[in-house]
Amino acid sequence: MSELADLYQEIILDHNKRPRNYREMPECTCSAEGNNPLCGDEVKVSVRLDNDTLSDVAFQGQGCAISRASASMMTGKTKGRTASEARALSGQVRDMLLGPEAAPPPEVGDLAALSGVRKFPARIKCAMLPWHTLEAALAGQATATSESGD
Amino acid sequence: MANWDLQALRSDFPILGSSVNGRPLVYLDNAATSQKPSQVLEAVDRYYREQNGNIHRGVHYLSQVATDAYDRAREKVARFIGAPSPRDIVFVRGATEGINLVAHGLAKCWLKAGDEILLTRMEHHANIVPWQQAAEQSGARVVVADITPSGEIDLEDFTRKLGPLTKVVSFVHASNALGTINPAREVIRLAHEAGAVVLLDGCQSAPHFRVDVSVLDCDFFVFSGHKVCGPTGIGVLYGKKEWLERLPVYQTGGDMIGRVSFEQGTTFREAPEKFEAGTPDIAGAIGLGAAVDYLDATGFDAIEQAEQKLRDHVAPRLREIPGLKIYGDVEAKVPVLSFTMDGIHPHDIGTILDTDGIAVRAGHHCAQPLMKFYGIPGTARASFAFYNTTEEADALVASLRKISKIFA
Ligand SMILES: Cc1ncc(COP(=O)(O)O)c(C=O)c1O
Repeated sequence: MSELADLYQEIILDHNKRPRNYREMPECTCSAEGNNPLCGDEVKVSVRLDNDTLSDVAFQGQGCAISRASASMMTGKTKGRTASEARALSGQVRDMLLGPEAAPPPEVGDLAALSGVRKFPARIKCAMLPWHTLEAALAGQATATSESGD
Repeated sequence: MANWDLQALRSDFPILGSSVNGRPLVYLDNAATSQKPSQVLEAVDRYYREQNGNIHRGVHYLSQVATDAYDRAREKVARFIGAPSPRDIVFVRGATEGINLVAHGLAKCWLKAGDEILLTRMEHHANIVPWQQAAEQSGARVVVADITPSGEIDLEDFTRKLGPLTKVVSFVHASNALGTINPAREVIRLAHEAGAVVLLDGCQSAPHFRVDVSVLDCDFFVFSGHKVCGPTGIGVLYGKKEWLERLPVYQTGGDMIGRVSFEQGTTFREAPEKFEAGTPDIAGAIGLGAAVDYLDATGFDAIEQAEQKLRDHVAPRLREIPGLKIYGDVEAKVPVLSFTMDGIHPHDIGTILDTDGIAVRAGHHCAQPLMKFYGIPGTARASFAFYNTTEEADALVASLRKISKIFA
């Protein structure tokens, strides 16, 4: 039960229920669609880049609580950062989920709530999908799948 | 049901006594694969320990023992589904290979450009993709019959789409994603009147009720061993004699040939051997023979009654959970309960149930067109077998109530 409580922390349930920046962004400068062919999760991430800064980040799609919360927190966390900072953050999330067990680095902030996913290997792809999709958007690719990267 | 001893039956299945995540296993993913009784495990084990030889190849003792056991398995399977002769039974890797074999063959010997292959919107991907391939190869076209909101073939739409161009009708006997049972006899009759050849996908019917292919009158019938308490890697293609004769070879190689010659060319054996190239899954076939023996001994009357009882117990309790919706919620169905819960993704349901030791499947169930029909990304699916208990059903309901609270 405690692993379960770690997975579905209050903050994750909250982002699942009231996802932030869940909207279309007609004025976006880049976007990508990610999907997890195994479970059918789909997410679209849209970004507006001003110079090298992500001045706006939004998402839409169908997914489980883990992928929705991850996407919702991601949009808040990456807004106002540079593209390379956003990529670095994505790397830190990946390390937190897949790397050797360690206390989450302070930079990830609220995203530390995702660390409970570690104990549920089948769900790591759900948490990473929005991040893969953001990276694809920043790289100018139209699509990403949960199979890439990890 | 007079002498239905559930505890004794359950003790035949070693895995049912195991624990998952510190809880007793509650296995409700039987539509994906069933568990195996000791009788099946022992038959496979005995083959490798005492009977292992290649079939149809040796004059020696073990080859003969293995050949006899393999042939007996074919006889048992033929009896199990009411096939007129064991010669009408082709052993394949599973339903998927069975459908591929037929689709590949019909693309060569039956389908022409402009012909139509009529499927339904509730098919498993295994009964969609091989026909798309056959269509591509032959120039035929795949046509899809609608289903009703309650999850059965829409007979009106089916009849409308059935016509002189329809050369193949292929459909599922009982839906893996919904559990609903199609009126197979009627659909097959209509298809035959239109001049089509009919394949019936029996993956989810064969485990739950008595199938008689002679009464159904389908031209082909497929099912997978692993869903009827048998091993993985073995499945069955039944075909009417005239169709098995007509269908061209699939894979080629040893065992399926009459004579091989570089000068005079190669001849093939008759069905079923002509479709069984190479060394088959001998142990799998023997295990499947033991599995159908087991189901026959348990008795489909008793199995149906037990499963009906489980369904009557669990369905109303599920309906009471706020926000829970059952898809294909009709009376005539196999014990498959596919559902969604408002605001809760099926994967989250699956993960939380798993922490309680309860195995269900979450997702699209290899039926993406069906999920699209309902406008949902997927469902959670609890699929029961005769060896499940009402206590297990109660554990499912209790865990779902907990999930409701977590996401409230
Ligand atoms: C209705 C139906 N058809 C076809 C299949 C494919 O069976 P297999 O994967 O054993 O070949 C399945 C199993 O998932 C099924 O439920």
